[in-house]
This record gives sequence, structure tokens and C-alpha cells, in this order.
Amino acid sequence: MSVSDPQAGFAQAITRPRHRPFILRNPSVGVFLICLALFTLGVTVLSEDYGLGLISTSFVKTLGKTLCLCLVAIAMDLVWGYCGILSLGHFAFFGLGGYMIGMWLMYARTELIVAASMAEAPIPPTPAEITDAIGSQIFGVVGASDFPVVWMFADSFVLQMLLILAVPGLLALIFGWLAFRSRVTGVYLSILTQAMTLALSLYLFQNDSGLRGNNGLSGLQNLPGVQAPQSLVSIWFLWGSALALALGYLLVAWVVSGKFGSVIRGIRDDEARVRFLGYSVEGYKLFVFTLTAVIAGIAGALYYPQAGIINPAEIAPIASIYLAVWVAIGGRGRIYGAVIGAAFVSLVSTWFTGGQAPSVDLGFYRIDWVDWWLVVLGLAFVLVTLFAPKGIGGLVDLLTWRRHPDRHGADLGPDQGSLREEEAET
Amino acid sequence: MSTLLEVSGVSVSFDGFKAINNLSFRIGPAELRAIIGPNGAGKTTFMDIVTGKTRPDEGRVIWGERSVSLLRMSESRIAQEGIGRKFQRPTVFEDQSVHDNLLMALKKPRGPFAVLFYRPESPDEARVEELAAEIGLEAALPRKAGELSHGQKQWLEIGMLLAQEPKLLLVDEPAAGMTLSEREHTTDILRRAAETRAVVVVEHDMEFVRRLDCKVTVLHEGSVLAEGTLDHVTQNRQVIDVYLGR
Repeated sequence: MSVSDPQAGFAQAITRPRHRPFILRNPSVGVFLICLALFTLGVTVLSEDYGLGLISTSFVKTLGKTLCLCLVAIAMDLVWGYCGILSLGHFAFFGLGGYMIGMWLMYARTELIVAASMAEAPIPPTPAEITDAIGSQIFGVVGASDFPVVWMFADSFVLQMLLILAVPGLLALIFGWLAFRSRVTGVYLSILTQAMTLALSLYLFQNDSGLRGNNGLSGLQNLPGVQAPQSLVSIWFLWGSALALALGYLLVAWVVSGKFGSVIRGIRDDEARVRFLGYSVEGYKLFVFTLTAVIAGIAGALYYPQAGIINPAEIAPIASIYLAVWVAIGGRGRIYGAVIGAAFVSLVSTWFTGGQAPSVDLGFYRIDWVDWWLVVLGLAFVLVTLFAPKGIGGLVDLLTWRRHPDRHGADLGPDQGSLREEEAET
Repeated sequence: MSTLLEVSGVSVSFDGFKAINNLSFRIGPAELRAIIGPNGAGKTTFMDIVTGKTRPDEGRVIWGERSVSLLRMSESRIAQEGIGRKFQRPTVFEDQSVHDNLLMALKKPRGPFAVLFYRPESPDEARVEELAAEIGLEAALPRKAGELSHGQKQWLEIGMLLAQEPKLLLVDEPAAGMTLSEREHTTDILRRAAETRAVVVVEHDMEFVRRLDCKVTVLHEGSVLAEGTLDHVTQNRQVIDVYLGR
């Protein structure tokens, strides 16, 4: 520096955010984890079986499901908000996770029922007879009784749990490899991901897909071998979902905090430049796409046992679009934004479409929110995109900016030599 | 003289228009070279070919001591081989700090897993500060790159190129939009860089080229028109015709 040698000294004095521990560099992680813990504790204390009974079991389930939606929204934020890939197919991975756990739940529960009913028979049944009986129980509804190939691991808890990770991950890996290798980007990639989720949904609608066609998998809320009432099971799943959300939040925060985060934000902002720095952009996109698909699969596997049923309509293209809307309204490019968006919009949506919202009588027309909610949501999406691109999470900036302007230790005034942030603070 | 990069007989056409026509060019391991030429002479296309953005229709591009062909490599592979490129418009990651920009460019393993588990160690931080000092941005390290002035962004991009430790630096119009003192600083940076590596500067500002004081290659309609010192080529009849119109 020629003019401002004294400034070099100040530059040395700046404690670079990088040298501090992870949690101090990302204060929002700590705040989030505390909020999540308090929320979980609060719900537990107010629940029917563990506490005061102020919250109904069905509402506990709604809250537990909302936590899972927050988890898949975090995945969406990583792939879209940080890496710039507007995937409109992540609900396919969410649904696949649900199907994978659903297969084990249905198989194991039906096996118990069948074993119990056959135990009364004078001649003990052979394993083949039991399998046949389970098959006709599960597939009778689609007019079949044999187990399709896709159910080959359904009798093994461990293998089927691994499939929750493997199936969405593998689909994302293959799809992403084909798409990114051909350098499909932007709106074309979004269309391609929509096509993927539509194709998967249509395939699953067929009876011979082996997953009971449009009936889907049902009775998933009953855990095999567990006698506890739903009021307890719902709280266990709430805990599980909160734990998964906490771990997912930590994982994503860690991924985006270091140089990897720099690189993927670089890809979002200027893909070609990253390529000329020597980073293989395709490899990074594939990594992020696959990782987020696995997170989405885990979220789905926790969601559907609380919902009780999964069918192919769950992975219709519109579901993935909702996911993008949540993240946009919450504020993309910040993890808590995705959580806020998913929780807020999905809970408000439940309220409006559940028929609890009072209708508005205009005299000449009666606004039924069940019919009009989607219009409101669409309008909100357009308005947020136009006037508040940072989403609800942007409000946090307003608060922190007033207290600590984000000047990165630079001068407080326009000219060199003016008071620096560090000096002003002391 | 040994050769670092050799481009021979390269042609490329876009929809019938020959952007590069049987171009041949070579540069040694520690050399500063300016490429000048009127608009549409193929300067940028030449850089696109070397960095792998454009595939030529014919010709060879041979690189380094092992004489490998660059034509089959991806852009990121070529960058890893040691060819750095600075674009005409300053392209830095505006949303990230100067420090993060430089750290990202630092010569380190580039694979996703290596980067995921990478945490900067003190030699890396020291190197970042050293680079920042070289481009005169040490006080701006924690600032967002988007807050920098146009000239500072240009330097930051040059700093990112130096951080990559390339053997060959391709620089597209570095002085565009700079003030006089910024230009002098830029000239210094480039000449210092050329002491240890090859630097190719594409420019059409003659005054800036004169300041660089190096061998000049004149491109016209996709091929080399003249080569030599600036005084030598500016006395060339053809060059005068091309630049001043006939």
C-alpha cells in the first residue's frame, strides 16, 4: 500500500472470522439449535401422554411432519440457494425415502398379523406359506399375491433402511451425471427435474410397478411390534424428526461454511469462472445434488410414518414446486430461511386448507379459503420474488444490520483513514 | 529457446465465418507477449481455444515439457495443467470476501472431497496475505469483492490468477476502464509475473502495450500478420493498413 501504511497495522489486528470455532463463526446455528430444542421440549410438555395434554396427537403429528418438511427444505436450499441448481424434483427423493421405509413397515406388520393368525392352525405353517400369505395380504388390493423384485429386501430392517439412503442417492447420481455432464443448466434443468418426478409418479401409479399403484402404502403409522398408543408414538417421531433436522442443519451449515461453500456459491454466481479456476463444476454439482437427494430421502422416511400413508400423488410435480416456493418465501441462501419458509408456509397452508380458516362473506361472493388459498400462496410467491427477494429471512438482516453493520472490518466512513469498525466498537 | 505453448495450423469457423485461420503461435516459459489486433481479429477466440472453451476445427495445441495436446481436455483440467485466464470484464465472486476469492484460487487439490475437508492452515493464510499485498489489497481482505472499485476488481482477478500459480497467464484487456495510475500498477504486476512464467496480454490500447515493452504479435482476420518489437510492427506496411484503414 502506498498511501495508507497505518492501515496495514489495523488489517493485521482484524481477527479473521476463519480462525474462530465453527459455532462462533455461524451464530445462527447455535440460535437455531436452541430454538429447536425449546420447541421440542415445549411440544413434549404440552402433549397428551407426556404432559399437560394441551396439544392433540394429530397436531403433534402435524408438527412432526413440519419438521421433516423443514429438513427437505434445507436440502432444497443447499442445492438451489447455495449451488444455484433450481431442482424441481426433490420431492421425488422425499417420496422415495417414504416408500422405502413404508415397504419395511408394511411387510413387518403384515408378517406379525399373518404369523398370529396362522399360529392357531393345527399344522405349523412353512416359511413359504407365511410369505405367500403376506404377499396376498399386501398385494390383494391390486389383484396380485407375489412379491415383486423391488421388495426383495423388505424383510430385512437393516437393508431396507440402507435403501432409504441408497435409492434416492443412486437415482440422483445417475440423473445428475447425465444432466450435468451434458451441461444442462438453468430452466432446462428445472424442466428435466420436473419430467423426472412426473415420470416416477406416473410409473408408481401403475399397479404392476410393485408398489400397489394408486393405493400406495398405508397403515404406516403402526410400528410393528409396538403396542404403545399413537399419542406416544407421535412424540417419538417428533423427537426423531427434530434430531434429524438438527443433524441435517449442522451438516449443511458445515458444508457451506468452508471452501466448499465458497466454490458452490461461486458456481451459483459464475459457473464458467469456477471452471477456469480449475474446479470441475460438474463434479461439485453432482456431489451437492446427490447429497441433498439423500437428505430428502431421510426426511421422507421420517415424514410418511407420521402421515400414515404414501401414494404416488405425493410426488406429483406440484409438490416439488411447493418446495421451491417455501424456500423462496423463507429466503434462499440462508439455512434458517429455508426452515422458516417451510414451517410457516406449510403450517399456514394446513390451517387454510383444513377448513378452520373462517370464510369471508363479501355479500356478492363468499371467499372459501379452501379454494382460494392457492391463489393467496401464488400471489405471495410473486410478491416476495418481486419486492423481497431475501424472503422472510431477510428480516433478520434488518435486525442485525441495525446493531452490527456488516462492514467486514472496513472503514466506517467513505475515505481512507476514517474510523474503522474495530476502533469504533471499543 | 524451449517452448511452453505451441499452437500450429489452428482454424475455427462459426457458421462459415473463419474466426481463426491457420494460426500458428508459440511462447517460451518465461516471456511477456502482447497480442494486438483490430476488433474481430480473433484475439478472444484464440484464448478460448487455448483454455478449452472452443474446440478448433483443425490444428494442434501442444503444451509443456511433456508436449501434451490440450484439445481433448476439459476447461478445468487445462486450468489445473497451469493455464490461467483473466477475462475482459472483471469476473470475481462479488458476494464473497477478497480473502475467500483468493483462498479459492490458491493452488490446492480441486476435488470435491478434498475441498470439503480442507481447512486453511497458516501457510495458506500467509500466502493469501502475501498475494493481497502484491496486488495492493491487503487492507481490503475482509471486504466483499463486490464493494471494490473497477480497478481493484481487475487486480483481484489478477491476484486470483497468480494464486493458481499458472505457468501461462492469458490476460484479456487488463487496462480497460483503468485510470492512469491504476494502469501503471497493472503494468508492474504483469511484468513482475512474467519474470517467472509466460504471460500473454491481449490489448488494443497501444500506449499500454508500449509500457509493457515486450514482443508483440499482431493478429488480423484470424492469423498472424506480424511479430516483433512494437516499433518494428508499427512500421510494417500491412499493420499500418490494417490499423489506419487503406
